[in-house]
Amino acid sequence: MEGIDVDAPGTTQLLMGNEAIARGAIEAGLGFTAQYPGTPSSEILSALAAVAKNLNFHAEWSVNEMVAVEAAAGASFAGIPALSAMKQNGVNVASDFLVNLGMTGSGSGGLVLVTGDDPSAISSSNEEDSRWICKWMDMPLLEPCTAQEAKDMTRWAFEVSRIVDNACFVRETTRLAHTRGKVVLGDIPKERKTAYFPDVWNMCSPTKSQFTSGPFGILHHKLHERLKKIVPLFEDSEFNEYTGPERPELLVITSGVCSLYCKEAVIMLGAEDRVGVLKLGTTWPLPEKLLRTNLERAQTILFAEEIDAFTEGNVMELAASQWADLKPITFLGKRSGHIPSWGAVSTDMMASTMAGILNIEYSSAGRTAAYDEGLSTAAKMVPPRAINLCPGCPHRGTYWAIKNALTIDGRHGLVAGDIGCYSLGFIGAGFFQERTMHCMGAGIGVANGLGNLREFGFDQPVLALAGDSTFYHACIPAMVNGVYNRANFIFVIVDNSATAMTGFQPHPGVGRAATGEPAPIVDMEALCRSLGARVEVCDPFDIEGTTSTLLDLMADEEGGARVLIMRRVCELVRARRDKSRPYTMRVNPDICAGDACGCNRLCIRVFGCPGLIWDQETGRAKIDEAICTGCGLCSNICPQKAIEREAA
Amino acid sequence: MKELAKEPLNLIIGGVGGQGNVLMSLLVGRALVAKGYVASVGDTYGVSQRGGPVASHVRISKDRSYGPLIPRGHADIILTLEPVEALRLLADLGSPKTVVIANSRPVYPPDVSSGKATYPELGDLFGALEKYSAKTMLVHATDAALSLGDPIYTNIIMLGALLGADVVPLDREAMVEVLADRFRGPALERNKVALDKGFDLVRS
Repeated sequence: MEGIDVDAPGTTQLLMGNEAIARGAIEAGLGFTAQYPGTPSSEILSALAAVAKNLNFHAEWSVNEMVAVEAAAGASFAGIPALSAMKQNGVNVASDFLVNLGMTGSGSGGLVLVTGDDPSAISSSNEEDSRWICKWMDMPLLEPCTAQEAKDMTRWAFEVSRIVDNACFVRETTRLAHTRGKVVLGDIPKERKTAYFPDVWNMCSPTKSQFTSGPFGILHHKLHERLKKIVPLFEDSEFNEYTGPERPELLVITSGVCSLYCKEAVIMLGAEDRVGVLKLGTTWPLPEKLLRTNLERAQTILFAEEIDAFTEGNVMELAASQWADLKPITFLGKRSGHIPSWGAVSTDMMASTMAGILNIEYSSAGRTAAYDEGLSTAAKMVPPRAINLCPGCPHRGTYWAIKNALTIDGRHGLVAGDIGCYSLGFIGAGFFQERTMHCMGAGIGVANGLGNLREFGFDQPVLALAGDSTFYHACIPAMVNGVYNRANFIFVIVDNSATAMTGFQPHPGVGRAATGEPAPIVDMEALCRSLGARVEVCDPFDIEGTTSTLLDLMADEEGGARVLIMRRVCELVRARRDKSRPYTMRVNPDICAGDACGCNRLCIRVFGCPGLIWDQETGRAKIDEAICTGCGLCSNICPQKAIEREAA
Repeated sequence: MKELAKEPLNLIIGGVGGQGNVLMSLLVGRALVAKGYVASVGDTYGVSQRGGPVASHVRISKDRSYGPLIPRGHADIILTLEPVEALRLLADLGSPKTVVIANSRPVYPPDVSSGKATYPELGDLFGALEKYSAKTMLVHATDAALSLGDPIYTNIIMLGALLGADVVPLDREAMVEVLADRFRGPALERNKVALDKGFDLVRS
């Protein structure tokens, strides 16, 4: 039986790290969970929402991470165990609330926050290390290394939160979040808690009736004291584990999936009798006694962790405070350059680093120099494969119309972009139209600045572009600001009725809740009109109509904050729903003139839909029927009208 | 539980974002766990799913958990939904002992269609794969899927090919069981046909 709600303690399942975290929360008696999607953490709430009705807890996609964390804290104040997961950027969004939560305490329910960090920014705009927030805000931090640990640690994290009366962080990285591993299930509690916000004020009672952040002097002091309460449990935690000889030549201190890389690297090098590995699962606050014992094991210590030198710095601080009692230690890691200070870590990286330190000859298994050289020469025939918007993607039509309109307008207009699939507007997939890209909601924020530079002779049309889910997440305050302060910009909302990049999660505009039940629709068009803004709605596949609407909007030079909603459902959602193609596409070989046309392969080189390919034999464009979704958009862009569509 | 050819046995399932490698690795992983193996299945999600190269790392062990990524040179089997992706992965993770099973149908990168880069002649590509692997098997999976009526079956056909090549400790029965968890009725029947098609293609 598959499913994270299976009540069969002791049985085994293959669970993704994210699903394992969801299961751990269920085993801890989860009552409330709220999240905004973000790779690599999205599947936590997807998994929980799928079983929320069955297990009778609340699960919601919130509009953003701050609301999600605040909602989860509200539940915990009323005694209900609550969890909120987010990607690293989400931690920033929630951080203002979290600074204050440390002062007030997080309540008797228990509050667990999961952060999915993304080393190498595989699907992110940055690769920040969110663990710093725990040191900054006195929150305990757990770092699992396998799916099993992800489940077990999350379950335990609720208890940790209740002990320190603050949120407990569980930090996963992409390779744990999206790796499926064997998990032995635990029990699911049957008792049901009653939600109650304590209303009796009693100076002597541990039950609080107020969660207010003042007087901060006393509360800040108490926050530090509360964190210390968890240290004895961390000292004895089974999540911290040393493997290796009593006195190794090299001690590696590591956490998260890096600990698996380190252990495998030691085996690959055959260095089991020379290297010890201290895997830390509780990384803040540090289990100081445990570390002190381990610091005495070796005089060369290597740190291996993903993204920043967080534990490396913390352990070196600890060592500095005890320097007089310790033998000299050489610390190696990101500071010394032995481990790169950016990007994901790998087994190969650990093996070659350790081999260098220990003077062991190391080469990748079974690969001789001759094989390596021959193969790498042969591999030069492998062409690069840039990421692209999907075949049939409405954003391709939107960017095409924007490119047309800005070119015709001729005043060097620009697009301030945002975070979503349409972020690919900064590469060829969106014709390089996106000129700024930072965080959720930043495009329209930046447009508020660019749109108020009239006094400096600025007359370039400013377009802000964001998706529908991003609109609800972070764009509404900036839209209000634009109206209020008379900023001149056109806010293009690419409304594809889904949070597409992260897996089509619903949002307030789609009429469906996380659990699949019907939900009220927050009408973005009516909302923008209520602010007094001019609002137009276009279909991204109507390139001509969109181009002329954009030109008309840009002509209104003192129009203030205007809105253009580009509405067409994500092609991946449509294809799943309809299971058919609207059109059968064909390039008419009698009309396509190939390279003699003079268009310089416009349909492929510039338009770039993956469904259009070049037929080397005939020297003409053609449709790849295994890829084309039959959307019909490309029939609008061929100067010869050689691309034909026929209703399927 | 069959004895593994190697501990751990490392399988890569690669292709282009959107081709369906995540479903393949999920099915393989579930079938392995049902047979009692310890499997770790690492996938690529997010922006790379949008037309970029993707690879799932499957690590199969009798009894222990390995890291989510296969180290360089340690891929025992490379199974890909696209031929040039097989060479990209072989160069990175393969060795002279690696077995390659690749769908023969190219998905052209945008840079190739536009003329900025070239896609290798298939003869050269297959020659390189054969030269630098222990064995290379080409499967006309997309063509077979189109003959079944929809290119969507390509990934299940390639799963059938993986079983037919007899390189992982799984049989048809185990795979049908996990397919039945996922698909019902006519959809299940069509996927069973696709599975058998792949099995036969690699044996013929």
